[in-house]
Amino acid sequence: MEPLRAAFERLRRQRRKALVPFIMGGDPDLRATPALLLALQAAGADVIEIGVPFSDPLADGPVIQAASARALARGATPANVLRAIASAAPRLRVPVVCLTYWNPVIQFGFNPGSRARRAGGSPARFLTAAKASGVSGLIVPDLPVEEGDALRRAAARAGLAAVFLAAPTSPPQRLRRIARASEGFIYYVSVTGTTGMRAQVPPSLVQGIRQLRVVTTKPVCVGFGISTPAQAAAVARVTDGVIIGSALIHAMQQGGGRAGAIRAAARFVARMRKALDA
Amino acid sequence: MTHHRLLPDRTGHFGPFGGTFVPETVMAALADLEHAWARARRDPAFRHRLRSLLEEYAGRPTPLYFARRLSAALGGRARIYLKREDLLHTGAHKINNALGQALLAVRMGKSRLIAETGAGQHGVATATAAALFGLACEVFMGEEDMRRQELNVVRMRLLGARVTPVRSGTKTLKDACNEAIRNWVTTVRTTHYCIGSVVGPHPYPQLVRDFQSVIGQEARRQIRQAAGRLPDLLIACVGGGSNAIGLFHAFARDRRVRMIGVEAGGTGLRPGHHAATLVKGRPGVLHGAKSLLLQDRFGQVLSTKSIAAGLDYPGVGPEHAYYQLRGRAEYVAVGDRQALAACELLARTEGILPALEPAHALAYLARIAPRLKRGSVVILGLSGRGDKDVHTMAQHLTRAQGRDGTAARRV
Repeated sequence: MEPLRAAFERLRRQRRKALVPFIMGGDPDLRATPALLLALQAAGADVIEIGVPFSDPLADGPVIQAASARALARGATPANVLRAIASAAPRLRVPVVCLTYWNPVIQFGFNPGSRARRAGGSPARFLTAAKASGVSGLIVPDLPVEEGDALRRAAARAGLAAVFLAAPTSPPQRLRRIARASEGFIYYVSVTGTTGMRAQVPPSLVQGIRQLRVVTTKPVCVGFGISTPAQAAAVARVTDGVIIGSALIHAMQQGGGRAGAIRAAARFVARMRKALDA
Repeated sequence: MTHHRLLPDRTGHFGPFGGTFVPETVMAALADLEHAWARARRDPAFRHRLRSLLEEYAGRPTPLYFARRLSAALGGRARIYLKREDLLHTGAHKINNALGQALLAVRMGKSRLIAETGAGQHGVATATAAALFGLACEVFMGEEDMRRQELNVVRMRLLGARVTPVRSGTKTLKDACNEAIRNWVTTVRTTHYCIGSVVGPHPYPQLVRDFQSVIGQEARRQIRQAAGRLPDLLIACVGGGSNAIGLFHAFARDRRVRMIGVEAGGTGLRPGHHAATLVKGRPGVLHGAKSLLLQDRFGQVLSTKSIAAGLDYPGVGPEHAYYQLRGRAEYVAVGDRQALAACELLARTEGILPALEPAHALAYLARIAPRLKRGSVVILGLSGRGDKDVHTMAQHLTRAQGRDGTAARRV
């Protein structure tokens, strides 16, 4: 069975909620990435989301923007981030999902010698390489379902899950369409806004998730703005999983250098795990 | 070509370009905007209101001026007409679009406008429209652009707008767009994002084109009166491409009318030294649309360089990418120095100081005019006036004077 589906089915049987930490590939540097993946797994992650940095991350708030910029400045590319994942893959039992923007996906494998001017660029090469690196799914925050057919077809061929996002502003017909398109799980954006830490989770979230549950039985994970164990526990009561990015990256930065960041990440995720299982 | 009727198609594509590549959070707002515009454009009351504003407030129609001395200075073979968008209120064509979008925002019940700006002309136009309609206004502007277009920053603030400096990435127009989109994602329920060029997700490239195509509609009528026929050549500068589309669109069906878009060649056509997207870019996705894009081989967007802040952008409107693909328009690049020289040329031959942006188009015209067929009729889109650039020009003038000891380099 497809690894994401298997993971969520197991969690449902065990009546547990998925903890989905997000890190940026190549941040603080590329050597940290495989070690971080293994540390997050050991600390209790059920699925790991890893960003492939892009120069213009327009769905992201300041913390993840800065992480992208750091990773790019230290030489991260889509190919070497996938290689970093691949080097940890033999020891990873939890599924890894990549998050990146549409342009780096369709430019993957571009050959500068060819000077190709044809429009398009297919996501197939990225997806094939991601699959070979042990990745189970792909999230593209600037790719709504209207433009998502190319991704869905290529992902199906490569054997990857194409995860789509739903938002508090999505009307019911769109929720239905997103739920049908999304594989693995549905990424529900908890706030009208960009990624980043917030003092509280909006009360309307419960209502939003309920609307989504009416149209689908697929697992729903909630992300954007969840920063404390208490918030994570509250959100987990109404969803199948919580995605935590900015707060984790912030904690890693407090940890100092590479080893400190990895230790801080593990501690942070372990605390979240405890809150979800309580 | 059939694009004049059909494009963009129902999903917002111009052939392989265009589309909607944005976070899900704003998808519903884009659909609302599309429906609101579809209704408003058929509503006689809306059209009447917009026309009155353009005439009584902004100063339309703008003159089509026969530049006799410029034509003579460039060899006398071409008869060069200037479409004088520089004479509009606020000093550039941007007001056509800002008034249209502000009127639409009011109709949609939005209370706040946000905008990105490079040279500051679109920011000033949006701040002006916001003041006129009593809307709140926030303009995102790269820190680097705020420095070099200081005068426009003061103007926006005087008009009551908040100008928010953008310090991420290249600190220019590209990052101002990112920040405006991020703000819109957060405030979408009360805020209309007033995009300043024919870029961004559907329906913006169409919406902005519709508001700017008044330029070409007027020019078409005026040139028939003045020259008794359609022009042989249209020429305009292209950053995002709104003034060029505005001029070109009414002539798109007239196959014998040649169209040239002139991009910013900066300090040379090496990566990072120019903003010539159509000349040097390849297909990619940025700021909500697929178009041509200046990017490295990994798909990371390159930084750009141009003396004209309004052209300093690594993307371009999808309709231009389509015109290029279909061979309907040609796109070329002109560097900083030629653009500066062209400012002086127009100032000295006609007493008109153009903005650095349209000076790029003029510089290319100066290069090809002596080779055009005798009696060719040319319309140049003079998209804005040069007051905002006097500071930049002064620095270069001083440098040139320092070199030869007398006056600025002759053109």
